[in-house]
Amino acid sequence: MGKYMTSVLGWVDQRFPLTSNLKAHLTEYYAPKNFNFWYFFGSLALLVLVLQILTGIFLTMNYKPDADLAFASVEYIMRDVSWGWLIRYMHSTGASMFFVVVYLHMFRGLIYGSYRNPRELIWLFGVGIFLVLMGEAFFGYLLPWGQMSYWGAQVIINLFASIPLIGPDVALWLRGDYTVSDATLNRFFAFHVIALPLVLLGLVVAHIIALHEVGSNNPDGVEIKKHKDPVTHIPLDGIPFHPYYTVKDIVGVTVFLMVFSAVLFFAPEMGGYFLEANNFIPADPLKTPAHIAPVWYFTPYYSILRAVPPIMNSQFPGVAAMGLSVVIFALLPWLDRSPVKSIRYRGNLYKSWLAAFVVSFIVLGYLGTKPSNVWGTFGADVAIVGGADVATVVARIFTLVYFLFFVLMPWYSSRDKTKAVPERVTA
Amino acid sequence: MKFAEMKQLGMLCGLLLALWQPLAGVASEAEVHLDRAPIDASNQASLQRGARVFVNYCLNCHSAAYMRYNRLVDIGLTEAQIKDNLVLTGAKVGDTMKVVMPAKDAKAWFGAQPPDLTVEARARGADWLYTYLRGFYRDSARPTGWNNTVYDKVAMPHVLWELQGQQVLKTELKRDAHGHETEVKQLVLDKPGKISPAEYDATIADLVNYMVFMSEPSKGKRLQLGVIVLLFLGLMFIVSYYLKKEFWKDVH
Amino acid sequence: MANQVDTNRRRFLIAATGAAGGVAATAVALPFIGSMLPSERAKAAGAPIEVDVSKIEPGAMITEEWRGKPVWIVNRTQEMLDALAKNNDNLSDPMLQVTSQQPDYCNNPDRSIKANMLVLVGICTHLGCSPSPKLQPGNDMGADWTGGFFCPCHGSKFDLAGRVFKGSPAPVNLVVPPHKYVTDGLLVVGVDAQGEA
Repeated sequence: MGKYMTSVLGWVDQRFPLTSNLKAHLTEYYAPKNFNFWYFFGSLALLVLVLQILTGIFLTMNYKPDADLAFASVEYIMRDVSWGWLIRYMHSTGASMFFVVVYLHMFRGLIYGSYRNPRELIWLFGVGIFLVLMGEAFFGYLLPWGQMSYWGAQVIINLFASIPLIGPDVALWLRGDYTVSDATLNRFFAFHVIALPLVLLGLVVAHIIALHEVGSNNPDGVEIKKHKDPVTHIPLDGIPFHPYYTVKDIVGVTVFLMVFSAVLFFAPEMGGYFLEANNFIPADPLKTPAHIAPVWYFTPYYSILRAVPPIMNSQFPGVAAMGLSVVIFALLPWLDRSPVKSIRYRGNLYKSWLAAFVVSFIVLGYLGTKPSNVWGTFGADVAIVGGADVATVVARIFTLVYFLFFVLMPWYSSRDKTKAVPERVTA
Repeated sequence: MKFAEMKQLGMLCGLLLALWQPLAGVASEAEVHLDRAPIDASNQASLQRGARVFVNYCLNCHSAAYMRYNRLVDIGLTEAQIKDNLVLTGAKVGDTMKVVMPAKDAKAWFGAQPPDLTVEARARGADWLYTYLRGFYRDSARPTGWNNTVYDKVAMPHVLWELQGQQVLKTELKRDAHGHETEVKQLVLDKPGKISPAEYDATIADLVNYMVFMSEPSKGKRLQLGVIVLLFLGLMFIVSYYLKKEFWKDVH
Repeated sequence: MANQVDTNRRRFLIAATGAAGGVAATAVALPFIGSMLPSERAKAAGAPIEVDVSKIEPGAMITEEWRGKPVWIVNRTQEMLDALAKNNDNLSDPMLQVTSQQPDYCNNPDRSIKANMLVLVGICTHLGCSPSPKLQPGNDMGADWTGGFFCPCHGSKFDLAGRVFKGSPAPVNLVVPPHKYVTDGLLVVGVDAQGEA
């Protein structure tokens, strides 16, 4: 048996670099031995990607991208297709869980400086993945053709209409009609099931290749390649990814699947955050639901959009701010001037800014799910903000903090009182 | 060090939890107080009574076009029982719950086509339905003669009025200790119906129970399967945890 | 380092985790595979059909649709029934040894519940074409033709009990679907005493 396997492997290896690839990426890829739980989210994101592709394939077997049939075909999947409900809930839960793990994965990069030299390209590919993922989520959300699908798409497409000069034509071109319609649904389906997944897969491969080229960062932010065994040239603080991190990731995957299953089986709507109540009403182009809000993972940016006041009757500044709030992540490698990478050795100045950023992100995210009068209005006698919605003023302040975190980073990151970084990783 | 980072995550979770408020239901009518629907998905007798009310009263004007009659076997009925007692339109048991009334007539009579009710319970929530169906009152200003406390200027007349009787909305001025007057609106039964208010509430609870079942017939299976899956994953966690620990002896 | 490794324990834990993973993968695969089976809608559309057979003239045939396939119902005359036995030497399976082609209650010389009433799925067992009825003896089918069915695709021939003639590309007899009589003249195709097909 063993002998037979070896000869088959030999035959393959002469024709395809199987063994050498397995070595390069698994058994002889040396990862720092001090990964903590933050390092689970990369492999978990990959797992969710696979789940989304798999469930997506099976959903397309029964889904109909037709304005007259789409809503009914989703209910058909939920009721008439055996196990269709399970596959659909896996996909809808997976969409939200994708953003959960990706946000945590990005936050990991943020606190340990994983975007710093020499890992700028990994980070850029990552930002690309994030952008495509947002596109995937946006296009996919139209497909159930419920009220939230419809009006969400209507609002987001109209954001493009605010671009000066070309805006209205761009919006018309995106929709392929004068309103969101069957044509829009059909092309969104094409983008969602084939165009963006292809780009996404390509970017994920690039992300991993770039990572394995330079090696993984770690919670100490020190380069393990600096200290190698003089004989074997293996980093002293590195351990082979397989078996050590494969067995560790299995534990992470199991815990993640427990959370995933708890949502999927016991709260697939997640109180209206993962599946919105209004989306169980078929799309009606003549009637907007009283309160529309994007799905939770878009709400921080949506809040920023609402917070920026129109200038000269144009919505464009808000739209530009929203776009900027996403792509600004790409600049991080060049904004951070700190001599250290990891938060472990940063000073209080950076930590305070990071905390302010996290709070802004979460508060903006929360406010994005609510109407802007959720916290009432200031009394007319209050100076400056009199008469304004409390939530809007708060959103403006936090929008400012959100951007200052990035804009002021060159200043506060270099001025920060950092601690001494050890030569080797700590246990 | 590791511990400090766990604490960071804990704080993050705490912040998220503090902001957590379910978005359930429809926000527009949120100001109206909704009564809690006393429903029980495991009570098959209640579900069966609800199904009967649904096909007798609702299905005349509303469809449930994604719900197959034979799915009612999930609430303890046989196909023969379904065919004999619940299929009133001459449909087959494998058919979906279509409505007899043509859409055009419906639009002419009610001004709007009555919505399909298959997933209405998921769009509105059980409490909303329970309050709404008990919230009709006489209002001569409306073309149908009916209005509703939850759904102002509703197009639907009170289909179950013979059962419930007729309510009116009484407005009272109440004076509190400081002499402030506040308007309090209250539904009062003006003419009793065929059944008592308590029986009517129970009938509506059955109906809502059924509509919640109909909005997601696989829910029972989903909850059952969830328990099995979580138990299995718990087992898997134990095994994989020891596997990890065993291998990481090399590293530590 | 290496000498401390308890290989047995490792092997056991790897096997246990692998087994659990295998169970998980199978458990996930099953719903996906199951989702490709006919849905409730397809099942409802393929539900048993009721046919009034009391009005079929002796010697005539009607065609009904069940699960998207033609179902032939022939009211055979006594001459037609008498002719069946004459073909036995020329048939591939005159004694109905391939039992999957008819329910047990039709495993008789007439292949039917009521002797005269032939119920067949009108799909050739070769490659799925629908044969043409050639119910009358002789004619273009040759002098010794006693009546039956002829498949235009590849020339398979069947007699008036749906039994295949030797030399036909079709390997087995035509299928008799599950069926039963609710009343004397009311036939139900797709269901029998054992339940739905």
